[in-house]
Amino acid sequence: MNREAETTATDPHPDLTSPPSSAPAAAAVDQTRRALIGTAAGVTAAAVAPGLVLYSNANEAAPRTDPVSDVHRWGMLIDTDRCATGCTACVTACDRENGLNLQAKPLGDDQDKWQNQRATWIRKVRLQDNLTGRMTNLPLLCQHCENPPCVDVCPTGASFKRADGVVMVDRHTCIGCRYCMMACPYKARSFIHERVEQNLSRAPRGKGCVESCNLCAHRLDNGDISTACADACAHEGHHAIVFGDLKDPDGPLRQALAASPNRQIREDLRLNTGVRYAGI
Amino acid sequence: MDIIMIPPHHRMARRARPQRITWLARVALLIGLLLLAAAASAERVGGFVLPSSQAATAATCVEPTEYMRRNHFELIRHQRDETVYGGIRSTKHSLAGCVTCHVGHDGDGTPIPIADIGQFCNACHRYAAVRMNCFDCHATVPVGEGWNQTVTAPSAPTAQLADTALPPGHPSRGQPAPDR
Ligand code: HEC
Ligand code: HEC
Ligand code: HEC
Repeated sequence: MNREAETTATDPHPDLTSPPSSAPAAAAVDQTRRALIGTAAGVTAAAVAPGLVLYSNANEAAPRTDPVSDVHRWGMLIDTDRCATGCTACVTACDRENGLNLQAKPLGDDQDKWQNQRATWIRKVRLQDNLTGRMTNLPLLCQHCENPPCVDVCPTGASFKRADGVVMVDRHTCIGCRYCMMACPYKARSFIHERVEQNLSRAPRGKGCVESCNLCAHRLDNGDISTACADACAHEGHHAIVFGDLKDPDGPLRQALAASPNRQIREDLRLNTGVRYAGI
Repeated sequence: MDIIMIPPHHRMARRARPQRITWLARVALLIGLLLLAAAASAERVGGFVLPSSQAATAATCVEPTEYMRRNHFELIRHQRDETVYGGIRSTKHSLAGCVTCHVGHDGDGTPIPIADIGQFCNACHRYAAVRMNCFDCHATVPVGEGWNQTVTAPSAPTAQLADTALPPGHPSRGQPAPDR
């Protein structure tokens, strides 16, 4: 498929390089590129506050009655320059939102092993450029690929991509083989090794299944277009995470993506990730 | 060897077959069957709704009771895929919804895990010899904000539970795993 050909709202391959209020659908390739360069240079004044992650979509403010569709594709922009050293607000918020804080260390496991094995949906990663010494912080989570390797390898179809681009595990069909964990280039998935004693009603979890970030699907499905991590980051005043719809050219995410240079981690794999990073 | 494998009544039947199956035997069989049927219809089905649950105050289940007894698992399973794949959270067959309405409460109004021995889901499943593992993962009491507990009545004793963690001393903490 030609990625550059279309930029309509329902485009399954949103051209993320096009400017916010995008030109007609059939913009030629080089025109789009030129537009991008122009935008990158001059749009800063027009860009919305990067922390502005909440926007309401009036007709979606109630629990969903119709199945999710590809009208939206949910994604994020993470500005690593704003991601503060020592801050773990996003991780903590994710843990609480998704019941990950209720996991208990199995009796007899040592602390290091447990830290390695407990399920985490977001990892705070610190990178150092060995030549310059420059340090970069970033939260690494499921990148919600358009072409997810975890889905490719799953033998039961439990690992799947929802119509709105959220990559998740149907734990009713997951057999715990962990091929997806091997296939994921981002180490974004966790396995539940032990019986879980406490669960939230909204976040069931049990021994023998793989899980990972689902972009707070329960929020999205109830018309709350936000994620716990982005909210927490904004609450801390860092505004490093912008969550939104990759297919909405006027939405906060596309605005933020257009406003600053950003990239995919391991873009060489051509997975077309839904989570993008600035400052790396 | 063969003889040992065959249940006793078969042995009797085999002995009887070459000779004659008298009218008497036929009548005896008929009476037996009638008695069995009578016993089955006399067996009370139902009455599993706990007096301490919200359901005790509700007029009806999410579908007619008779239908629920026979088909609840189909409904839940259908709902499961609707929610997981379609993100649909508005329908009334949510498993979290069953738990909210059917969970029993102790004297203090603390919910008792719905899959514990003798509680709503467990009592009937024991009776019917059904085993299911849904509550290995799914919360057995309403915990946290109820994203898909659309049927929660505002007056429910647990509707206000806002914290995301179970309070210390919560009944589902450190409980031995019941027969699920
Ligand atoms: C709003 C409250 C409510 C919700 C939600 C609810 N029920 Fe019920 N349920 C009831 C009531 C009330 C009855 C008893 C109706 C009667 O007496 O005829 C009942 C009866 C039943 C019965 C028959 C019990 C018996 O004694 O034979 C079953 C089985 C049942 N429910 C299963 C479910 C399942 C499974 C769900 C979730 C899909 C569910 N219920 C959700 C209120 C509820
Ligand atoms: C390995 C863990 C696990 C097991 C076992 C499990 N589930 Fe689930 N279930 C989940 C997860 C995770 C979700 C997704 C929750 C969400 O997105 O809100 C879910 C969602 C659901 C939902 C939609 C949410 C709701 O509460 O209505 C239903 C219905 C459901 N499961 C039914 C079942 C049934 C029936 C069984 C047993 C036959 C079962 N599940 C066993 C993990 C599990
Ligand atoms: C009135 C009796 C009764 C009550 C109460 C009841 N069940 Fe059931 N349930 C059954 C019977 C009988 C079956 C088995 C039906 C079959 O296999 O044909 C069953 C099967 C199931 C199954 C499918 C199990 C499997 O692995 O195939 C699920 C899931 C289930 N019940 C959930 C629930 C939940 C959740 C509750 C409590 C909210 C509940 N049931 C309460 C009678 C009941």
